[in-house]
Amino acid sequence: MKADPMGVLVGAHFLDGDHACCEGALAAGCRMVFGYPITPSTEVVERIARRFPMVGGVFIQMEDEIASSIAIQGAAWGGKKVMTVTSGPGMSLMQEHIGFAAMTETPCVFVNVQRGGPSTGLPTLPGQADMMQARWGSHGDYEIIALSPNSPQECFDLTIVAFNMSERYRVPVMFMMDESVGHMTERVIIPESTEIDIEPRRLTRAQPSEDYELYAPEEDLVPQMPPVGAGYRFHVTGLTHDEKGYPVMNAWVQEKLVRRLVDKIRKNASEIAINQEFELEDAEVVIVAYGITSRVVQRTMFLAREKGLKVGVFRPVVVWPFPEDRIRELAGRAKAFVVPELNYGQVYYEVERLVAGRAPCRLVDHGGGALHDPADILKVVEEVLR
Amino acid sequence: MSRTEIKIGGLGGQGVILAGMILGRAAALYDDMDATLTQSFGPEARGGACSAQVVVNTERNLYPCVTRPDILVVMSQPAYERFVMEVKPGALVLYEESLVETHHLPEGCRAFGIPATRFAEELGRRMVLNIIMVGFLTALADVVSVEAARKAVVDSVPKGTEKLNLGAFEKGYEFGLDIKNRESSC
Repeated sequence: MKADPMGVLVGAHFLDGDHACCEGALAAGCRMVFGYPITPSTEVVERIARRFPMVGGVFIQMEDEIASSIAIQGAAWGGKKVMTVTSGPGMSLMQEHIGFAAMTETPCVFVNVQRGGPSTGLPTLPGQADMMQARWGSHGDYEIIALSPNSPQECFDLTIVAFNMSERYRVPVMFMMDESVGHMTERVIIPESTEIDIEPRRLTRAQPSEDYELYAPEEDLVPQMPPVGAGYRFHVTGLTHDEKGYPVMNAWVQEKLVRRLVDKIRKNASEIAINQEFELEDAEVVIVAYGITSRVVQRTMFLAREKGLKVGVFRPVVVWPFPEDRIRELAGRAKAFVVPELNYGQVYYEVERLVAGRAPCRLVDHGGGALHDPADILKVVEEVLR
Repeated sequence: MSRTEIKIGGLGGQGVILAGMILGRAAALYDDMDATLTQSFGPEARGGACSAQVVVNTERNLYPCVTRPDILVVMSQPAYERFVMEVKPGALVLYEESLVETHHLPEGCRAFGIPATRFAEELGRRMVLNIIMVGFLTALADVVSVEAARKAVVDSVPKGTEKLNLGAFEKGYEFGLDIKNRESSC
């Protein structure tokens, strides 16, 4: 289906990433946001507070992040497309309910405009150190989807993708911005609503009955949701549950449920994947970078190519699930991998695991608070080629 | 590829970010170029040296940061002291002449001052100083077209103040054009 024109601010704008994310949510059909403002994500909800009421939407500034992260889920089961917005410290508070969303298969989007951490860290400066938290920050085993935009335009475009994926796979989707993308202002083109594809909620075709199964999966392992107020009686619980949705706490039901929660992402990973590749055809060194760092390394690649070094860039736009197959393929022909990120090694260890000793891998770590100097990454590229 | 790095420095409250926003908007929305605005953003920026960075590019602007400005615009002495050593050889340095005293200019720099505070006071609102500086830059640097800059000024200022701000822009622009004409004739 296509976007509701009411939420689409058609035209060319000069927006920062935070504001563009708000417009992406509106275009995606999100009409309910609960949040607790925190730098550097505050501008997202500032704009939401102004814009949502204009299109019949609701924004509530909650008492804290814990409340925000569960209130959106009530609204999701009530039929709304929902989102909450925060940064590292708030994300830490939301972890319990991210697990709840994974377990109850509640479609929702969590925006994390990353700043330097741990703890309150660097409120106004960038970091990329929440990537593993996004993946596995809540207890128990589950899979989520995480996207990492690198420009205000992508903050618009990929917020729509995040909503679509959360509906398609019924998972919490982590929208992993960072301070520099959030506060960077560039041209953002918002197309006509007829050019924006929207994934509608997957509503059940089963009739309401005593035997109604809330979690009967489709072939792609994703169950359909019941519409509210249409006679379906159901129970949503974070306890291990059977397909009817009621608690059944034993190893067999646990195996069936949690394996499906994991497999619905892992087995659909190739469909979920979005990657960008630059000059990989002849690349001897593959730089793997995501988010804002994927733009910094463009400069490194340019400087390297000027020196005659065969360097290419591989950028996962969807970081989780990680593009395992593609990294394995590249490992068969590249001489080395270089992974810069604004942390002390998170995505790097995934690359190293997949390359599996077939080529040297080098991490270019950075504690955050600024972006890498492209020349520092170039130095590492030159070292691995020596 | 033509990439121009611009840094605008001043005190928090002088409208440094708005000046960057106008330049970026002019380039990105009206001159069909790519523009990226980034800003020093932190509690230390309030009242202290603060800056906006704009990268204007005829191609897709991949690397978003200003590292060595081609153009420096300064509206306070601390901003001058802090940023002048960063500029590229041959850079254009534009400054408000009653607020900034230039010294130790890097070699080959072209520096031009403007009595923008006085102009702003003559226009009746001291706060349009930043818009005068945008006009001054538009005249002296071939970065954005004057038509694009005018449209961006109108888009960016509070409703009801368009006339005042366009007047400020023209004041800076004309002062800059005079200098440009003098430079080219000698």
